[in-house]
Amino acid sequence: MDFASILQYLISGLTVGATYGLTALGFTIIYNTTGIINFAQGEFVMLGGMFSVFFLNVTGLPLPLAVAAAVAATVAVGAFIERCTIRPVKHPTLIQLIIVTIGVSIVIRGLAMLVWGKDTFALPAFTGETPLRFLGATILPQNLWILGITLVLLAALKRFFAGTMFGRAMLACSHNKKAAYLSGIDVQRMVLFSFMLSAFIGSVGGAILAPITMASYDRGILLGLKGFAACILGGLGNPFGAAAGGLILGVLESFGAGFVSSAYKDAFAFLILLGLLFVRPSGLFGKSAATRA
Amino acid sequence: MKWSSFLVIALLGLMCAAPASASDDTIRIGAVFSATGPASFLGEPEKNTASMVEEQINAQGGLLGKKLEIVIYDDETDVNKCVLAVDKLLKKDRVVAVVGPTVSGNTLAVKDKFARAKVPLVSCAAAEKIVRPLDPWVFKTPQSDRHAVSRILKHAAAQGYKRIAALTVSNGFGQAGRAVLKELVPAAGMELVADEVYGPKDTDMTAQLTKIKGTAPDAIVCWGTNPGPAVIARNRVQLGLDTPLYMSHGVASKKFIELAGPSAEGILLPAGRLIVAGQVADDNPQKPVLLKYIADYEAAFQAPVSAFGGHGWDAVNLVVEAIRRGNSAEPADIRDNLEKITGFLGTGGVFNFSPEDHNGLDESAFEMVVIENGDWKIVK
Repeated sequence: MDFASILQYLISGLTVGATYGLTALGFTIIYNTTGIINFAQGEFVMLGGMFSVFFLNVTGLPLPLAVAAAVAATVAVGAFIERCTIRPVKHPTLIQLIIVTIGVSIVIRGLAMLVWGKDTFALPAFTGETPLRFLGATILPQNLWILGITLVLLAALKRFFAGTMFGRAMLACSHNKKAAYLSGIDVQRMVLFSFMLSAFIGSVGGAILAPITMASYDRGILLGLKGFAACILGGLGNPFGAAAGGLILGVLESFGAGFVSSAYKDAFAFLILLGLLFVRPSGLFGKSAATRA
Repeated sequence: MKWSSFLVIALLGLMCAAPASASDDTIRIGAVFSATGPASFLGEPEKNTASMVEEQINAQGGLLGKKLEIVIYDDETDVNKCVLAVDKLLKKDRVVAVVGPTVSGNTLAVKDKFARAKVPLVSCAAAEKIVRPLDPWVFKTPQSDRHAVSRILKHAAAQGYKRIAALTVSNGFGQAGRAVLKELVPAAGMELVADEVYGPKDTDMTAQLTKIKGTAPDAIVCWGTNPGPAVIARNRVQLGLDTPLYMSHGVASKKFIELAGPSAEGILLPAGRLIVAGQVADDNPQKPVLLKYIADYEAAFQAPVSAFGGHGWDAVNLVVEAIRRGNSAEPADIRDNLEKITGFLGTGGVFNFSPEDHNGLDESAFEMVVIENGDWKIVK
């Protein structure tokens, strides 16, 4: 096994891992505000890609505007979901809300299939498709976009949750809703905002991924699953852990395919995840469960 | 109230009366297609084609002086609904032959019913298991994976390739192709140097291609349906791999070229003649059949033809041909006469059925095509 191949596996893994990490970030935001695991997160990623293709091909917007419009449309969908499916639930328990998000994801997928059909669509790359060579391995300019935007989003989120009053107010909601309410935080607005923010992250991810992974109505299922696994791996509720968990999962899969067998690459990654959870149930970067009670 | 109940009774009466009154002057063929559901891109053109052929035959005076009626059910790509539809066709509609189902899984689930009912089935699904081992009552029209693999290996042998790498998708289609590749590559005197797999929803195959690159093959054979192969085409260009890449007939549609973009250039694949009908040599006997089907279909449905609709055309017309040749619409006679059909010019190839071969095609049903300037080109 030569060095160039190993480097190529690493680059492949980081690219795929960034897609998981971006989805995982979205899970984190809603979890941090509400304690809900939003199983429609993968659909936000799908919508980001499909709306981009739609605005580019059907309404003829230039690519940057199409992406911006796609993100705006998905954020609107996120807000709509919170207002129409999460907020109206009377005396909600967490498990009910989580099941609601599963239902929402099925509805969104079905609607996307009816509106856009079952075909796969390609989005052009942002800055050309000429691969860059680097120590014998190759990387697409789009991969750099993905890694770069993921890092920027991550840094911004970190700063938002730790450094701003608004972000802290959102965090407070997940720790104790009643206490947050009593200290003057508009809990409902925070929950609405968390859905919009995670739709934003998901759709940005979907749009920048679409040139490489392509877009189709059923893209969200697998991404949602892998993104959730990345969250668990990194520790639920920690944005840094979510992104790192995604990258680690991607790299594990890629090395699994390269060194063991491509037939078992998914199994390989999930086996390591299971093993880790036996040793550290709170994930790599998660706080232990006791402090959350 | 009175009127509505009268209407209901009248309608019920009509529904009961319709099948009974039709038996003497009508020949009834059944059809089950996946017109909706995940396989609708296969089943819908088949359904359209069957209705179109029915109209054409009746416009030309019908069959043996009788009217042809094709009873079409949609199984929604659901195996349970397919079983119910077939039961209905065999027991209630009393059809003389059945065409379809669209997908292999559904066909395999229902095929045993036909020997019991003594009615012939002409399937539009591809899996080799449908006709091997042979069931006397079951036929199929699409070309088999075996024919596609032989066509690829014939081309590879002519180029002097010795080391072949396989990259297959982990679903039914890919694994069937993988099994045939594992059998036929050594049989052709070549070596299978890599056997890699990817998931149907995977979005990056650079890891598999990097591993394949390390084994230094002369050519790569990829077996899958969209969108995986398009990702592989793009990843291959990204990695700067110039090893020739063969695809399966599963991507022989314009969608593949659209998805893979410029990365599709130079990729080779075996394809039925329908998609390259205009380029087929003028002395090829299939050419008039292909051009007529394309013109008819596009005029009737304002949509481009696909190879799948062609499988439906072949299935219906083979049954009609068997009825005409034998001058009988008895199910057992249709079966016997289907086996005697040779030299039938279909869209998928020239069919030569025999008691041992219920697919009737060989590797000559495929043309080797290369993708050039975003279009197919037949390789001479």
